[in-house]
Amino acid sequence: MKILVCITHVPDTTSKIQFTDNNTKFDKNGVQFIIGPYDDYALARAVELKESLGASLTVLNVGEAETEPTLRKALAIGADDAIRINAFPTDALFVAKQIASIAKENNYDLILMGRESIDFNGGMVHGMVGELLGMPSISPVMKLDIEGDTVKMAREIEGGKEFLEAKLPLIAGCQEPIAEWKIPNMRGIMSARTKPLNVVDPVDSEIATDVTTFQLPPAKGSVTLVDKDNVEELVKLLKNEAKVL
Amino acid sequence: MSILVYIEHADGSVKKTSLEAVSYGKALSERTSAGEVIALALGTISDEELARVGSAGASKVLHVADEKLNAGVIQAHADAVGQVYKQIGAETLVLAKSSLGDAVAARLAVKLDAGLVSNVAELPETADGYKVKRSIYTGKAFAETTVSKNHKILAIKKNAVDLKTDGADASVEKVDISIDASNFAAKITSTDKAEGEILLPEADIVVSGGRGMKGPENWGMIENLAKELGAATGCSKPVSDIGWRPHHEHVGQTGVKVAPTLYVAVGISGAIQHLAGVNSSKCIVVINKDPEAPFFKAADYGIVGDAFEVLPKLTEAVKAIK
Repeated sequence: MKILVCITHVPDTTSKIQFTDNNTKFDKNGVQFIIGPYDDYALARAVELKESLGASLTVLNVGEAETEPTLRKALAIGADDAIRINAFPTDALFVAKQIASIAKENNYDLILMGRESIDFNGGMVHGMVGELLGMPSISPVMKLDIEGDTVKMAREIEGGKEFLEAKLPLIAGCQEPIAEWKIPNMRGIMSARTKPLNVVDPVDSEIATDVTTFQLPPAKGSVTLVDKDNVEELVKLLKNEAKVL
Repeated sequence: MSILVYIEHADGSVKKTSLEAVSYGKALSERTSAGEVIALALGTISDEELARVGSAGASKVLHVADEKLNAGVIQAHADAVGQVYKQIGAETLVLAKSSLGDAVAARLAVKLDAGLVSNVAELPETADGYKVKRSIYTGKAFAETTVSKNHKILAIKKNAVDLKTDGADASVEKVDISIDASNFAAKITSTDKAEGEILLPEADIVVSGGRGMKGPENWGMIENLAKELGAATGCSKPVSDIGWRPHHEHVGQTGVKVAPTLYVAVGISGAIQHLAGVNSSKCIVVINKDPEAPFFKAADYGIVGDAFEVLPKLTEAVKAIK
């Protein structure tokens, strides 16, 4: 059994989002980069499956050299080896084509990733990879168990969940509570330094979408405080001033 | 040349978010002279309900009534939408972001060789190229995105346009297509869904509670206010982590992102990850006994006070204006 986990290298969830170069570039100044939180759930579940099923576990990122510490962290958490596709992840289709190309070569049984990256929030890569490889793509998956060649999953839907079954191979976009995040231990961190991290050139892909400029939302005005003993005033304001009731 | 809008339905009604997608399609066709707006529904639903989609701006509704499509099997829905899109020679596909819509859109981007933009917040600018504004960094920023493919798929956020309600009834046409069995490889065995509740991701008003509510036994107060407002209920991440409320109610960066017209936060301090999930709300009301709670900085209206005193009074005050 071979598992591939695709991870993103994204700003920490507490980062202040700012842009530079006339709002054409993300301002990395003072920003700490992490494994995407949803990808981290996928990785944690993959490590559990590796241990219970004796699977091999490869972790992949499409990114430039700066993402290698993030891949090393995934190795420290429990992946056996890592692949970095040496390219800026221009858009979802570009990333999906890179993943599909590696997946075709290596015949993974299970491909996991987060439901979405927390920078661009597209949540599209797993579905695109599924279509490129002709495999089912299920997202957002909150529970995933393997029995023989059958995968049993729970997918979050509006107002509840849906239970599914499918045969391997398949692709899943993951979210909590599929597994608990794993924190690398000292042995993991030491061994990660010597685990293989292969750098691969990207395959060609035309650009379907391209970000021209970034914008920040308009600044919020100051809050209107209402006395706690005069809640009727709040209801009036919501009805007559904000016009939301 | 036409715009196809993939619409979802539940419990016999077309979802409001899908009607918004139809209105988006209509506004888009007016802006770009893109021709007819045609909606597509899959699975069992009445003709009367489908005709109503005309009010939101569709001139025609195509209906693939195959009951195998009643369940939201991602591959099968993607295949069906792709077939119809090609059949009618559409150039743009519009759909509302949802757990099914997102998954279907991604596969269709490959099938149709289309440029896909998700979290679309506004109508595109087409004066110089085709530029779409989408929400990124969980609502903390926007990206102006150029689409260079002829075929375009736009997955739109709630409230990207106003819902149109004045259109005439649409004509409903049945479409027969055959979907290869391989598209049903992933089987939905059962669903576990709250019945008759207002669903959080689609709600116009949301009332959320945080740790300030002190325990799950006090959620009745949140629910009472929600009921008076016709709102869905949500919660902060700590609340769903401790298990006071189910995970699908968790609002925030790694939970449900909401975009209601009114968001009421009770006993939630306003961590940056929670704010990321609510910053698309039109109006935010914060009730917290701590005047220093960071949420007040992101709020339009606030009450500094004990939730246990304020909530019952507020519920009564809402009842009084009805």
